[in-house]
Amino acid sequence: MTRFAHSWHSAALTLAIGVVLLLALPGMVDDFTLIQFTIYAVMAILGVSLGFIWGFGGILCFGQAAFFGLGAYTYAIAVINIGDSTIPFLLAIVVPALFAALLGYVIFYGRLSDVYMGVITLTVTLILFNLVNSTAGPEWKIGSAPLGGFNGIPGIPTLNLPGNPDEVLSQQALFSVSMVCLLVVYAGLRWLIASKLGRVIIAAKENEQRVLLLGYDARLYKLICFTLGGAIAGLAGCLFANWGAFTSPTIFGLAMSAQIIIWVIVGGLGTLVGPVVGCVVIQWLTSQIGTQQVFNSNLVLGAILVVFVLLVPRGIVPSLGDVMAAAWRRRKAPADAPVEAKTGSAPLAPTETAR
Amino acid sequence: MDLALIVVIQVLYAVAGLVIVSAGLAVIFGMMKVINLAHGEFMMLGAYATITAHGLGLNLWLAMLVVAPIVVGLIGVVLERLVIRRLYGRMVDTMLATWGLSLLLVGIVTSIAGNTTAGVSAPLGSFSIGAYSVSAYTLVIIGVAVVLALVIRWVLMKTSWGLIARGTMQRPEMADALGISPSRVYSVTFAVGAALSGLAGALLAPLTGVVPTMGGAFIAKAFITVIGGGPAILAGLVSASALFGAINQLAAFLTTPVLGEVALLFAAIVMLRLLPQGITGRFFKGSL
Repeated sequence: MTRFAHSWHSAALTLAIGVVLLLALPGMVDDFTLIQFTIYAVMAILGVSLGFIWGFGGILCFGQAAFFGLGAYTYAIAVINIGDSTIPFLLAIVVPALFAALLGYVIFYGRLSDVYMGVITLTVTLILFNLVNSTAGPEWKIGSAPLGGFNGIPGIPTLNLPGNPDEVLSQQALFSVSMVCLLVVYAGLRWLIASKLGRVIIAAKENEQRVLLLGYDARLYKLICFTLGGAIAGLAGCLFANWGAFTSPTIFGLAMSAQIIIWVIVGGLGTLVGPVVGCVVIQWLTSQIGTQQVFNSNLVLGAILVVFVLLVPRGIVPSLGDVMAAAWRRRKAPADAPVEAKTGSAPLAPTETAR
Repeated sequence: MDLALIVVIQVLYAVAGLVIVSAGLAVIFGMMKVINLAHGEFMMLGAYATITAHGLGLNLWLAMLVVAPIVVGLIGVVLERLVIRRLYGRMVDTMLATWGLSLLLVGIVTSIAGNTTAGVSAPLGSFSIGAYSVSAYTLVIIGVAVVLALVIRWVLMKTSWGLIARGTMQRPEMADALGISPSRVYSVTFAVGAALSGLAGALLAPLTGVVPTMGGAFIAKAFITVIGGGPAILAGLVSASALFGAINQLAAFLTTPVLGEVALLFAAIVMLRLLPQGITGRFFKGSL
């Protein structure tokens, strides 16, 4: 990773691009395209949640879709019961976070290794899928909200202005809300990673033994990281339920979890922009594949995943960063060379940035 | 009395089903420490191989027990050469690459066969116990599971090939120094695991519909069984199958099939919390 990626310049640049998109897009494109961009932003939040816990916490979660689905269902059930969307919005973040905390407690305090971690998260997702899928009958309801089983919950009320259920958000406003959420999540995580808490989380990923010996309870830090990831995924789920006004058990499915992992791998593990880039690229690709008949999307997604694991294991963003850094050095080299030759410190800069 | 007998047969059947579904994965994961997330798709390929061969006029038993394992074993050799070989020792990467393979295989088969359910009917008809009727194929599944477990044990313990394979997995450098090519052994072991998965898919083809996405239904169960079993390949496979199969079937019998599945998955989580090394990490230590 280059120094640029860790500096505040990159965060500021990313945020600036995000703010420009946030302000410019609603005026530039038609409603259909804006709805497309809304789902990109929502899914990007989900991608960032996994990018954070996997890339920075070292937790490979095969069940990020569980928190996403839980967020969507929590919002749907709560908003149908309550009417005003303020409390459901918060619940959709808190409930998945609590669930992640409980699951994380079992995993981290049980000292289960990576492989078992993957299996347990996968299993929990399947349990939720099976349970929700089998609640089709009219006897399954929470309050006045029928669970709907494999039919899902249709007609979920959209977010409204806090305290005023009649002021429902328009499509443009929903895009802005989703985009703002994405930017806030990104900025918040960048800040967290630079803080002491974030440094311990990363240290626990790099060398758990050493972190323990330095007096930090690595389990607790992993648990915090995992819970935060669950909360962010829940937020994405809530926005997803708003986007389509519909939620069904398929969002708990294996395919969903697989997609999230593919976004992170393709975009770049260990960055926060990577998952966003991966998410947008893959979603755009999937919708393009849908317009032709030769290849189906599974085939293409599978091929992409295999190719990336074998040939570009670091993902688009870090690899692009390397290429750009190399080009930058080549262009700068002739000008710098005589100066560096004088001071005799020529090899220093390249070796540091090449890491 | 009749009811008790039926319940016993159903429980044995559930256990046998888990043994058959998980055997291929147990060999690949237990011996090579490769997490094969394309396991379910190997089963799917086995099922399609059976249906295709049967459709071409081959005897059903021959198609199931011979054609399916050979076809999937060969596919396994090719995939090991192309993909898996480059990733040995990188557990997470193999997991992701095989996941990619699984999507790829689903995509390819969907393109060829279409997203429709094909199938063969279960052979042998049924017999009755008291007022209940049992499919004779149920007994075939139980029988095959027993034979499978015995054959795996015999191959690993009594043949020189098993000895070489076990030795190579423990110390590849030493095997190399003794004139055995580890990469050949890996290749063959992966092929055997794939062939077992293909056999499982073929045997289950008459029981479940054959669709390109059928693998997804088995992968989680197979994983939980293998991981829950722990380090000993065969003892782990059989003991975990017995535990989870019994829980699944009894819970399904008392409530609904869906809750049976949920009970299985839940039992697995509780068990991994209590026995993080799996069943054979605590009991039956040193067995195979």
